[in-house]
Amino acid sequence: MTTLNQDEINRYSRHLILSEVGPKGQEQLKASSVLCIGAGGLGCPLLLYLAAAGVGRIGIVDFDVVDESNLQRQVLYGVSSVGKSKAQVAKERLLDLNPHITVEVHETRLTSDNALELFKQYDVVADGTDNFATRYLVNDACVLAGKPNVYGSIFRFEGMVSVFNYEGGPNYRCLYSEPPPPGLVPSCAEGGVLGVLPGVVATLQATEVIKVLLGLGNVSSGKLLVYNALKMSFKELKITKKDDYEINELIDYDQFCGIPQQQEEKVIPEISVERLKEKLDANEDFTLIDVREETEFDICNINGQLMPLNQLDAFLGDLDKSKEYVVHCKMGGRSARAVAEMQDAGFTNVSNLAGGILAWIDKIDASLDRY
Amino acid sequence: MSKKILIPTPLRPFVNQQEVVETQASNVNDALKDLVLNFPKLEQHLYDGNGNLRKFINIYVNDSDIRDQDGVNTNLSDSDEVSLVPAIAGGMA
Repeated sequence: MTTLNQDEINRYSRHLILSEVGPKGQEQLKASSVLCIGAGGLGCPLLLYLAAAGVGRIGIVDFDVVDESNLQRQVLYGVSSVGKSKAQVAKERLLDLNPHITVEVHETRLTSDNALELFKQYDVVADGTDNFATRYLVNDACVLAGKPNVYGSIFRFEGMVSVFNYEGGPNYRCLYSEPPPPGLVPSCAEGGVLGVLPGVVATLQATEVIKVLLGLGNVSSGKLLVYNALKMSFKELKITKKDDYEINELIDYDQFCGIPQQQEEKVIPEISVERLKEKLDANEDFTLIDVREETEFDICNINGQLMPLNQLDAFLGDLDKSKEYVVHCKMGGRSARAVAEMQDAGFTNVSNLAGGILAWIDKIDASLDRY
Repeated sequence: MSKKILIPTPLRPFVNQQEVVETQASNVNDALKDLVLNFPKLEQHLYDGNGNLRKFINIYVNDSDIRDQDGVNTNLSDSDEVSLVPAIAGGMA
């Protein structure tokens, strides 16, 4: 006899008639729990499929609110969700999809202080975060808590999927023992991402989560799947266990990933969009440099001289190092690195536009197109 | 016969946006040295200040990590594919 009620039997009938799942597997899913880190591009499809499949208890860690620019790929949300808590909107949507499950919301930043306690409460962790510091935190906490880490990551047109720390298999540090220094690899917010790409990667992650929970098929442990959307290619790369790292406790992952601490940040001089406006209105003698990509420049610009960050060194030779420069990008991250690069090259009067062109649009000129 | 070096999206700006660069080298070390000789901007992404390969970019020959073979001394045969596989972190934002 199954413990599933009649509603559940109707709902899950396509699973129940699969001999590999059946009533026993469906009950197993109902009795299991998954913690999803991030309810963004990867988290949205992942959560939808896990809820639909009947995973009994789903935890969501996310403290962000829905932004209009999320709707291009974060399929849990609609226009009415903009400005609301992602985790809360996700919970409502998932319970509407499947009232037979429990959804637990953790509206908090995952940290070295709370990760282990959270991870212990779930069978499997699914990683859909967007930065290296959290990736290493999730990995190390999974190793210490003994939980499988179903990993997915995306960049522009490429995605990666693997299952780490599964039955003694390799973990993320076996693949990459150290993160890149900040700035060398752009984030999705800077580099862009094809909206449907996280859908492909997250549904592969959801498949692996369900296989782990049911002990079904060959779990992608020791194997990195690399998907290229433009080439429509899937490449399988082997990952073997390494011993060139130690995970004994959770550490300061911002520091591990080289994210500048407070005192170092002060070295980059900043200027506000209001001050820039004054300088422009007063026709002051300085040069505005835009270090974004040409495609971004074409969407909106404030008449800066276009010098994309990764080609900046080629432009610097033609500039007078003693003159004044203000550098901007979309949000202020790339331009801060450009300012540092210019300072290293001997420029003495360079400042970073705080908040980038988005701050300019918000505070000075709303007629420009936001992206 | 030449071998192929497959360049991933994040590194393509440093190789004139090429997806594939051909090499005649007979091992991984020579192949990568040729590559950075032709595309000097790639050097700081592949090597650290001490000339060691960076740890956030893995080098695969076909489907195996060179760390599981002979490292940079791993031999290349005709029709082998060398893939540069950098860590990517995107997913949420």
